[in-house]
Amino acid sequence: MQDSCIAFAWLFSAKRCDKQMDVVVSSAAEVKRKKKTGFFHELRKNWPLFIMLLPGVIILIINNYIPMFGVIIAFKKYRFHGNFINSVIKSEWVGFRNFEFFIKTPYAWQMTRNTLLYNLAFILLDLIIPVAFAIILSELRNKRLSKVYQSVAFLPYFLSWIVVSYLAYSMFSLQNGFINNNVLKPLGIPAVEWYSEPKYWPFILVFFHLWKYTGYNIVVYLAAIAGIDPEYYEAAAIDGATKWQQIRHITVPMLRNLMIIMTLLAVGRIFNADIGLFYNVPRNSGSLQPATQVIDTYVYTALRNTNDIGMSSAAGTYQAVVGCITVFTANLIVRKIDKDSALF
Amino acid sequence: MSAKRVRKQNEISMVSNVIFNILFIIISVICIAPVVLVLAISVSSETSIREHGYQFFPSEFSGEAYAYLMRAGDAIWRAYGISIFVTVVGTLLSLCVITMYAYPLSRSSFKYRNKFAFFAFFTMIFGGGLVPWYIVYTQLIPISKTVWIMIVPYLMNTWYMMIMRTFYKTTVPESIIESARIDGAGEFRTFFTIVLPLCKAGLATVGLFCTLGYWNDFYLPMVFVNDSKNYNIQYLMYQTLVAVQNLLNNSNQISNLTEILANLPSESLRMAIAILSIGPIVLAYPFFQKYFVKGLTVGAVKG
Repeated sequence: MQDSCIAFAWLFSAKRCDKQMDVVVSSAAEVKRKKKTGFFHELRKNWPLFIMLLPGVIILIINNYIPMFGVIIAFKKYRFHGNFINSVIKSEWVGFRNFEFFIKTPYAWQMTRNTLLYNLAFILLDLIIPVAFAIILSELRNKRLSKVYQSVAFLPYFLSWIVVSYLAYSMFSLQNGFINNNVLKPLGIPAVEWYSEPKYWPFILVFFHLWKYTGYNIVVYLAAIAGIDPEYYEAAAIDGATKWQQIRHITVPMLRNLMIIMTLLAVGRIFNADIGLFYNVPRNSGSLQPATQVIDTYVYTALRNTNDIGMSSAAGTYQAVVGCITVFTANLIVRKIDKDSALF
Repeated sequence: MSAKRVRKQNEISMVSNVIFNILFIIISVICIAPVVLVLAISVSSETSIREHGYQFFPSEFSGEAYAYLMRAGDAIWRAYGISIFVTVVGTLLSLCVITMYAYPLSRSSFKYRNKFAFFAFFTMIFGGGLVPWYIVYTQLIPISKTVWIMIVPYLMNTWYMMIMRTFYKTTVPESIIESARIDGAGEFRTFFTIVLPLCKAGLATVGLFCTLGYWNDFYLPMVFVNDSKNYNIQYLMYQTLVAVQNLLNNSNQISNLTEILANLPSESLRMAIAILSIGPIVLAYPFFQKYFVKGLTVGAVKG
């Protein structure tokens, strides 16, 4: 901790020097040449650094930037014409017709509602539960036990959603499932068809989300709590503050920034959903769709199972655009309230 | 002395300590129990499953599922091999890409560092969606039928890149780089022989993040892979769990499934595959945990 503090202090002083140097260098350079040659001059001077950037740039272009231009597919009736660029150009423009079709399906509202409601629940619960648990863990008397709890709670984060879907299946399977056979049967309750009753699934999905991510979030908040100077607590205790008062007036305010950043990141992804959670855990069961259909699962099934490129790209574009607007709005609001907490 | 006494007094009361411990024991059980259940099913005999369903304490034990895996699990071992290949090669390659991209961004003397940081960061804010991305890998750069499709899309990860950049900034003083330059070392030499060795913890952190991402990935095969010889272990598990459902849904993927459906795994065998796929992660868990906590701490410092 101390090391990194020193490194940071050093970093900031170095940055300041650097700025002064920049001023000197740039004013000297301005005399010599026009600004336009700046990039090529830099390229010639620092070519090894540019070569280091190259692989990453190529991957980003292929994986992220070319697909961004592919958004126009949503406004076309996509047909394959030999190669990619040809296909995009030659496909017939249909304007907003794909979106019209999409909005008219009963699914559009359903999946938007589901995505938003689930994410709101996740944002709220991911804030309250991990912070509470992290604070409790940090206050436990036996530090070794608290480490053990932390390790155990972190384990689910390392399992894939496929494994989680197996765990869910072993609990909820109609014929052999643990709950039907060894919980409900001894109690004399008839077996429940879990995979065809949507009413249970909001709770099951929220449970598995929390099950998988709470440990991870606890670790994040615990790391922040460990960074709080213990002298604050000692001083507070000498002044007669109770444990509860210390938590309210020291720990929580110290965690505030991190809580805002974590929430902001989650709000920015409010139109996205874990396809593993919503597609694999319910085993893509059709009768569960009212409770489990989210935008991501719709986009996936439209592309892969029904092969409807128009619908899929319309839904995907809708998600990307609305999601982007959400990020900027959320960031803008945070920036208005507290400039340091904003992401960008 | 007095400070120590204050600290002693400043602990939670015995009663709440006990209550909180009980709470966390319950939470720990909830976290572990499902995994234990799957393990228990994998060592249950088929008859005990048929009679009593899935149990935490099987009424009859049997190692038949694992014996069968050893004897006849060709498709499974193949998928396991694919997973190992993708994880090892993918992790090494993406470590190269990520560490090299992050390095210039950490150099305060590099003029375009913020531009390139934004170039990467923007991809986290806006994306083109699944369809154009799918078309890129099936038509523009047609690698979707090879094993590389499970590697290339994850090579660059902005989040890990920013963590790596923070590692450079906090552990490598610019004066060392400067002195290496004065001694005549080129940028590459400085990077590989001085900067990287100083950032072993960062390499381990990002490497483990990548390993976990590749090993647990089911999304890329779900989107791209059709040929059963390219299934990785996660996707094979997915297919065996939904196999029956797919048959009922009359999906267009059936033709690829016949091979697996021919000997549709019995109940305990399925769970044995799940245990097999968790195995390496549980073995590596102590390392994972150590470096993940470290990485998250660095990430929290703000990337």
